[in-house]
Amino acid sequence: MNEFLQFLGEPIAQRSLWACAIIGFSNGFVSALVLLRRSSLQIGTLSCALLPGIALSILLFGLTLMSILLGAVLAGLMVGLGSLFVSRTSRMDHDTALSVLHTTAFAIGYIILIRLGLQQKVDDWLFGNIMSMGDADLWIAYGIGAVAVLGITAFQRPLLITLFDPRAAKAMGCPTRLIHYGVFALIILVLVSSLQAVGAFLTLGLLVAPAATMYLLTDRAQLMFWGGGLIGGLGSVLAFFLSYPLGWHLGATIIVVLGAVFLLAYIFSPKYGLLRRKN
Amino acid sequence: MVEAHDHICWGGGHRHDKAHCLELRGVCAGYGAGQDALSDISFRAQCGQRVALIGPNGAGKSTLLNVLAGLLTPRSGQVLWNGKPLHDTPHEIAFMPQRSEVNWAFPITVRQLVEMGRYPALGNWKAMRQHDRDIVDKSLKTLNLTHLQHRQIGALSGGQQQRAFLARALAQEAHILLLDEPFTGLDMPGVESLGQLLYSLSDEGRLVIASHHDLATVPSLFDRAVLLNTQLIAVGNAGDVLTAEQICRTFGRNYRFRP
Repeated sequence: MNEFLQFLGEPIAQRSLWACAIIGFSNGFVSALVLLRRSSLQIGTLSCALLPGIALSILLFGLTLMSILLGAVLAGLMVGLGSLFVSRTSRMDHDTALSVLHTTAFAIGYIILIRLGLQQKVDDWLFGNIMSMGDADLWIAYGIGAVAVLGITAFQRPLLITLFDPRAAKAMGCPTRLIHYGVFALIILVLVSSLQAVGAFLTLGLLVAPAATMYLLTDRAQLMFWGGGLIGGLGSVLAFFLSYPLGWHLGATIIVVLGAVFLLAYIFSPKYGLLRRKN
Repeated sequence: MVEAHDHICWGGGHRHDKAHCLELRGVCAGYGAGQDALSDISFRAQCGQRVALIGPNGAGKSTLLNVLAGLLTPRSGQVLWNGKPLHDTPHEIAFMPQRSEVNWAFPITVRQLVEMGRYPALGNWKAMRQHDRDIVDKSLKTLNLTHLQHRQIGALSGGQQQRAFLARALAQEAHILLLDEPFTGLDMPGVESLGQLLYSLSDEGRLVIASHHDLATVPSLFDRAVLLNTQLIAVGNAGDVLTAEQICRTFGRNYRFRP
């Protein structure tokens, strides 16, 4: 216990704790969008597709934060829009096109990272390493969180009506196409921030589980954003305190905690829980 | 009965020369690079009317609704509302989706759905005022949904779900109601009560336009009918226009119509 308190006194531990809180919160906040769009699996494939973009921009511009961000956004756009293009210009449906493109992209990314001699880094990309986050990373995470909260709160009305009823939204004069692109961009931004924390494989959990939990607890879409943010943030902080004494990998612990919270809501939710329905 | 000050416009139930008028002039529309799904459609409709869009699958009923709702820009021609382009005033149009298109598990209550109708008037940031809340209350009451207002929309019956969307259109204070196959999937009592609702809405001066596929019920539910098959076949009073010849021209020779 003493050892743990000593560890908490160190700057790296405090930085990780803040990173957990802020990344958990902003991912949880945005997770409502993923859930309301009903596009969890697409986002999952997207997170893996970011790998080659990041690898390529490391190859071209070196290992800096901007290059990682740029590469991730470009890869996300190419795979996301590319799969749309392929599905529209062939008899392939969108899911199939996305599956083929993202696995190919992932494989290319893996080859590039190995060729670059970044073997040790590969684990971090796949499963995350919060401890490796620097001050600049933390500031970027803060910035992304602020953009998510402000953007979603300010444009809640057009956002909700577009997600719920896109045709009526457009008939009312909402810029629905712009909103769809904005949502996509926001999801990519938080994906990139969570990539460092939990890695390409596990990021889907952070971007879905908090809102999925809220979905079992409330009928108010507005509550899903703040509730998801709280669940994501508090869950990640709890995982931080669990992972050190247990010696578990932090990123994986975050996902396990969020999964457990979801399971609790699934069983015990007063309105939609398993136990409630059988009564 | 409807009070005079409740009339959304003075056209409803009254004869007057300057009624609010929707006019289509030579509208052609289609998707992508494909052929025209609608070609050279021209007709007029006035507020206070219930207009049925009738035609076989692929005749362009949904396309026409999309054009009217502003979801699809016509390739040529004009859609005018009182002589001005309709889509300069998007708040005048309320669009009701087909029931199968709606995500009924969306976390939203009946009241919140109806409040969405106030969004065009409020914009992105203006707070809901008492005036807006009153309109929402009144819309809920008109459609007999007050006791259900805190239910999640998936927990309603089919007819109640239709009414919830109509209540949103009322809260929007829209002049033109566009409905995509509103009677599909309703049982007989459901059809009757929705029919009565549409009647009272048009009686208040709204223009109701709905795609419809059941020819037998057209004269009882609508007062005008537009027969479509890519081109305009006929427009007229619902009771007069559905002659054997016109139906043949719309649906093809082998179609049998039993009134």
